[in-house]
Amino acid sequence: MQQVFTKDEYRKYVDKISPNSKTARNASRAYVVGGLICVIGQFFLNSFRQMGLDQDISASLTSVVMVFLGVTFTALDLYDGLGKFAGAGSIVPITGFANSIASPAIEYKSEGYVLGIGARMFIIAGPVLVYGISISIIMGIIHYLLRS
Amino acid sequence: MSHTVISYVNAFLVGGLICAIGQILIDKTKLTAARILVLFVSLGVILTALGLYQGIVDVGGAGATIPLTGFGYSLAKGAFNDVDKYGLLGALTGGIRATAAGVAAAVFFSYLAAVAFKPKAKS
Repeated sequence: MQQVFTKDEYRKYVDKISPNSKTARNASRAYVVGGLICVIGQFFLNSFRQMGLDQDISASLTSVVMVFLGVTFTALDLYDGLGKFAGAGSIVPITGFANSIASPAIEYKSEGYVLGIGARMFIIAGPVLVYGISISIIMGIIHYLLRS
Repeated sequence: MSHTVISYVNAFLVGGLICAIGQILIDKTKLTAARILVLFVSLGVILTALGLYQGIVDVGGAGATIPLTGFGYSLAKGAFNDVDKYGLLGALTGGIRATAAGVAAAVFFSYLAAVAFKPKAKS
């Protein structure tokens, strides 16, 4: 008896027997989407620079705008769909960091404003801040010791 | 004008590459998204402290600062700048000072979004 695959079953079957091409496909999707998000960031960075703002201010404003976009797309329930397609392409940019805060904040609203929204929004951002800040302090101390 | 076009091409190439590396790590090592983000921020801090990330930022622009490694870059650069200005205290103040706008925006906008929007129904 000949086995009949639906399109979806066939895709899963192909994925199973060709793990390397799946990795290549996922990586290229992440590359394109992640790259495009950075191009959007570059657009804002160039725009702020053209307004005559200095590099640091322009970079901070760009972060704020990208975070705003990440939170907005999350709130409109569009970012998860992007994530299913793009994987790390939507996780690694700062819009993904914003998504990692906004998504649980919205989802756990039912658990209350303090332990729901207030606590759960840091479920991923918390570790990122703990390790990022701690390592930057250690590097700062080393920098201080090497200077003096 | 051409300088602007080049900045977009470089942002795409560098930013895309950093994201693709993240995706390959997820596929090959089964690291979760949270671990990838922690890893990338930490790598960004360390590479910046070693003087290796500034060159990537010079070429990639937003392609290097928008990925989470760029968040690490800002943390380390801020800590170094504040140590140069204020001494040892700067190691504590610099990182958060340099990244304050992005972090505060993420917390505040997310809070507003959570207040204004209902959780989506699980299908």
